[in-house]
Amino acid sequence: MSARNGVLSDTRELRVVGFLCNWCSYGGADTAGVARFEQPTDLRIIRVPCSGRIDPLFIMRALVSGADGVLVSGCHPRDCHYAEGNYYARRRLELLKQFLPITGIDPQRFEYTWVSASEGARWQEVVTKFTNRIHELGPAPRMQGGSGYDELCLKQIEEGVKQGPACPCHKERAL
Amino acid sequence: MSTLEQLKEQIRKALPDLDVVIGWEQGYDAMHATPLFIRTEEDIDRLIWSPLCVHSLGTYLTGLTKTPNVRKVGLVVKGCDSRAIVQLTQERMIPRENIVLFGVGCTGCLSHARLEYKVEQGGHYVEDMHSITFNGDKVEVAVNGDVESFDFDTVCLEKCLTCRFPNAIATEHFAGEQVPVAPKCEKAPSLEAFEKLSLEERFAFWQDQMRRCVRCYACRNTCPMCVCRDHCISTSRNPHWVSQETSSAENFMFQMIHTMHLAGRCIECGECQRACPVDLPIMLFRRTMVHAMKDTFGYISGADPEATPPLLTFKVEEDNIKERGW
Ligand code: SF4
Ligand code: SF4
Ligand code: SF4
Repeated sequence: MSARNGVLSDTRELRVVGFLCNWCSYGGADTAGVARFEQPTDLRIIRVPCSGRIDPLFIMRALVSGADGVLVSGCHPRDCHYAEGNYYARRRLELLKQFLPITGIDPQRFEYTWVSASEGARWQEVVTKFTNRIHELGPAPRMQGGSGYDELCLKQIEEGVKQGPACPCHKERAL
Repeated sequence: MSTLEQLKEQIRKALPDLDVVIGWEQGYDAMHATPLFIRTEEDIDRLIWSPLCVHSLGTYLTGLTKTPNVRKVGLVVKGCDSRAIVQLTQERMIPRENIVLFGVGCTGCLSHARLEYKVEQGGHYVEDMHSITFNGDKVEVAVNGDVESFDFDTVCLEKCLTCRFPNAIATEHFAGEQVPVAPKCEKAPSLEAFEKLSLEERFAFWQDQMRRCVRCYACRNTCPMCVCRDHCISTSRNPHWVSQETSSAENFMFQMIHTMHLAGRCIECGECQRACPVDLPIMLFRRTMVHAMKDTFGYISGADPEATPPLLTFKVEEDNIKERGW
């Protein structure tokens, strides 16, 4: 709906997964909804008990399985319902952010932030900004390619055998 | 007395109190060493110490210390190997009081993959190599009647080029002299080269590489820090993290599991990549995480027995995390 109203640059929906903590950010998104703030519709929310519950592998799994962007939001530091879950989360999420570039997945496709239950307006801003960014980046590249021993692979092996020590497989080994 | 003689002497003295001491012996040919399990005096004679002793023997510890009838274990360790034991101790994964470490100073280990590549480039077949001599910073290989000589730096394991811990740390015994700490470069050359690629090129590279993974799990099983054994989430059905399909995406997901579970724990021994039968350059992942850990938390795994691993703690105000700036 928001797309029609011009909040988003591209009208096609992309897949954005949001991991929201139950106590703050999920409440914040609800506040935004109750206040009828305009929001992009691309986001699929997964509600978690605490941002500390978010394994960086949740985010990787989402990205590998076809999400175009992943947004994590928890309680502000010092406001965690479980006192310190978000502090542990912050360390893990930061490491993931620094790690992503080596995989070739654009680190811009993942973001983490803090939104409290009363911050409906802030939630609107965060989700709009992030969704816009994902629209600018466009659909994420998908890792494809079947099992290790498909026809192409067998052809390469055949080639390699013919070439002997000059085969590219041997060159990779030197890495 | 040579390092090896000294090492043997120390093991001989300690053996009566130990169920087994693990070191290396000459393997099936001149080019390879293989792990040696010393249980009797006679076994000690077979012990060797040379750049062929690549295996990180710490891999055995988490299994062995849980084996009935094995109470005390001795282990010969290089600098990098000793970091695995320090890290495992910090995580209380091994009963450190039941382990006796025999440390050595290390001047680098051979990369069979790199040597074989060089030999093949020179027009020879690896099968024809029949002897190897380490001569200062040169390696000489007799192949097919010729003697080929290479700079050690061009055929050593890549980790040895950046090594800052050549001398085993936190050990009960130490044989030979401390060797000077002299890293040849800051960052592994392969990582440096890879980082020059664009995101698109990197993604394409992994897409292509990951389809070659045969999911043998050698990289996991050889890792001294992989301690979950039969409970690894990559083979569990419930939760079902990775499907049995061997597509690039699923294989890549498995690598993500290994990397994430080693965050702040990986001691860069490189055993995962060395064990890979299809030579996937997975150390690019591991090293990136190691660098992130160091840049963000100033933490080097296995370097300090007193330190707390960063992911087991936090700071209310983090020094190097600026998460609000987007
Ligand atoms: S990394 Fe250091 S201690 Fe380990 S094998 Fe290389 S030089 Fe030796
Ligand atoms: S050792 Fe290599 S082929 Fe085997 S699972 Fe690991 S990456 Fe894949
Ligand atoms: S992940 Fe690889 S480099 Fe790191 S500790 Fe395990 S085997 Fe060694």
